[in-house]
Amino acid sequence: MSTMTFGRAINAGLRRAMDDDPKVVLLGEDIGRLGGVFRITDGLQKDFGAHRVMDTPLAEAGIMGTAVGMAYRGYRPVVEIQFDGFIYPAFDQIVSQVAKLHYRTRGAVRMPITIRVPFGGGIGSPEHHSESPEAYFTHTSGLRVVSPSNPQDAYSMIQQAVASDDPVLYFEPKRRYHVKGEVDEAEDLSASDMGSARVVTEGRDVTLVTYGPLVPTARDAAIAASDDGISIEVIDLRSLAPIDFPTVEASVRKTGRLVVTHEAARSGGLGAEIAASITERCFDYLEHAPVRVTGFDIPYPYSKLEFHHLPDLDRILDGVDRVLRRPNSLSGLDMEGPAQ
Amino acid sequence: MTQDGARPGSGFTGGDDDAGPASGLVLPGPARPGADEPVQLIDPSGVRHPHGHYDPLVADVDGAALQKLYEDMVVVRRIDAEATALQRQGELALWPPLLGQEAAQIGSGRALRSDDFVFSSYRENAVAYCRGVDLADILRVWRGNASSGWDPYTINMATPQVIIGAQTLHATGYAMGIINDGADSVAVTYFGDGATSQGDVNEAMVFAASYQAPVVFFCQNNHWAISEPVGLQAHVPIARRAPGFGIPSVRVDGNDVLACLAVTREALARARSGGGPTFIEAVTYRMGPHTTADDPTRYRDPNELEDWAARDPLARLATLLDSLGLLEADYTDAVKARADAVAAELREGCLSMPEPAPSDVFRHVYSAPHSELERQQDHYERYLSSFDQPAQEGHR
Ligand SMILES: Cc1ncc(C[n+]2csc(CCOP(=O)(O)OP(=O)(O)O)c2C)c(N)n1
Repeated sequence: MSTMTFGRAINAGLRRAMDDDPKVVLLGEDIGRLGGVFRITDGLQKDFGAHRVMDTPLAEAGIMGTAVGMAYRGYRPVVEIQFDGFIYPAFDQIVSQVAKLHYRTRGAVRMPITIRVPFGGGIGSPEHHSESPEAYFTHTSGLRVVSPSNPQDAYSMIQQAVASDDPVLYFEPKRRYHVKGEVDEAEDLSASDMGSARVVTEGRDVTLVTYGPLVPTARDAAIAASDDGISIEVIDLRSLAPIDFPTVEASVRKTGRLVVTHEAARSGGLGAEIAASITERCFDYLEHAPVRVTGFDIPYPYSKLEFHHLPDLDRILDGVDRVLRRPNSLSGLDMEGPAQ
Repeated sequence: MTQDGARPGSGFTGGDDDAGPASGLVLPGPARPGADEPVQLIDPSGVRHPHGHYDPLVADVDGAALQKLYEDMVVVRRIDAEATALQRQGELALWPPLLGQEAAQIGSGRALRSDDFVFSSYRENAVAYCRGVDLADILRVWRGNASSGWDPYTINMATPQVIIGAQTLHATGYAMGIINDGADSVAVTYFGDGATSQGDVNEAMVFAASYQAPVVFFCQNNHWAISEPVGLQAHVPIARRAPGFGIPSVRVDGNDVLACLAVTREALARARSGGGPTFIEAVTYRMGPHTTADDPTRYRDPNELEDWAARDPLARLATLLDSLGLLEADYTDAVKARADAVAAELREGCLSMPEPAPSDVFRHVYSAPHSELERQQDHYERYLSSFDQPAQEGHR
């Protein structure tokens, strides 16, 4: 066991993956000498050489497209997208090529590409630096999408992602890079699965589902609610595609109430998917319609106002009050009717 | 195209010899592969060298005009330093310094007409200054108070682009509109050496050449894209790329304000007269960090910085002015006073900027009402107002 930051844990996981398999190569802007703008790849070029940790030209479509070619050639590229908002130039390569080649070639070609994306807000950045684009990718068949929320998962899941023969989008909650935690570097990776959700705190009244950057916030909300005698079960999805529905289902059957929270905009987001799927699976167990506490349907706002957009502890608790039919900000509103 | 007929020292690395004359200006000769030596009118030691091709383009720049260019550069360097200080004092979240690139931006920026339209990246604050921007508007975005600092149509300059290279396509499209309108203004787009790797920039060149759009591609090769040296983006001088698209190009000493003015004027004249796009590579150097969040000591050799400091764009013009007897104390005092005043105005504008209201996050997402967003706004306002009410049971 050792204590390390979230960012350091990814670095350690990458290092181990590179040690274990010479076919693992890293590509991205500024990842070499600088160690990436977040220093996640710090020291890797020095230790593994510039042929395995490649600073690329400033072109995301180019990075992703050449990663496809390297994968054809038997490599396992790990691509760093510098910031969430810069993944869009690579979008075509990801959704039209990376996601579909295995299917198109009837399994003959593997795309074991890991796409690392620092995502989410809360760090006071300018535009295009705080986005939550995960739903674009969960909507694309052929891709696996994961998001770790703590150093141990960051360490384990990056290795699982690299080892996966399917392409994996690995969304790193950038505002948690400096959070410290215990990491067991001897963990038996075959025993855990990046596709399985994790129950963070057990509870009996409300199931609160989230992932990535909001997991610590959700845990804090559970602690705050317990002062009021409310028992919240917090679930960290870890995998966004596929979603470990059995774990969520088991929880909702127990609590009868579901709140989903994420930073991404609401419409067409993962919250909608989870609410609909759980309603289909657990309709008879629900005491209240599932409630979403999410970012608004707006472009990510400038930094002075970003904390209005991002769900925080109070907004999550307000959502919890709604499923519990306790007094809340929407009390007395006919929720089916139009906005007043 | 023929190899002969190239104008010695024209600096053109490629071009189209049937582009036609523009407003009486002599247009460049045909492609001259290998002419990678940048056009230079003032050398690093401040000596003015005659140039057969470019001198006529700056024949009107007399001593007073040179002094004005110098004042511009001093003022924008001061704006840059003041903004960096504001960032260090916690008043700005981030700042991208242009230190070292004053000549490239002032030389090109002062060549433009007010009805030309600029599409820039985030580092062209000296160009914005030339367009007459309200000073505090430069800081609005970096303070985190707004998504954009100004209305593009008030100064004919798009709001700065963060997505690398995207603006080059916008400029080209704008220029295609200019053709359709039968106007003679020009779209000018600024971008870095790193940006030239992006598909967008290359696609912009395809469109610009295909439609012979009146667009000037102004690449500031400041040698670095964050930690990546220019050699990673381009194996040969960047200016050589454009001729492959059918766009004439020129390399210019980006630290020589007069040369930058001259080559930009020529490119604008070509565009105005139907001669199509031009690509300018201004060879300069980013003397500061990429942004205030960057640490160049991790990737940059300090000797390199020293070399470039010796080619400082302000110092060389100061030396030239001095040799012409145009750097007397009353003049330099006036320039300093102007820079002080601008810096004070900038600081004041920054500190007195009104704080945005929470409901601002919902404004301008759409130009017409949108029912779902209205509902979200209504619910959020109820949520916020619930904090003003006396504590109800169950509500925190
Ligand atoms: C599409 C995209 N990818 C990555 C980035 C992150 N980024 C911001 S500036 C920069 C380097 C730009 O270098 P260059 O084009 O040479 O311009 P300079 O900043 O040196 O003026 C990078 C990689 C971005 N803003 N947009």
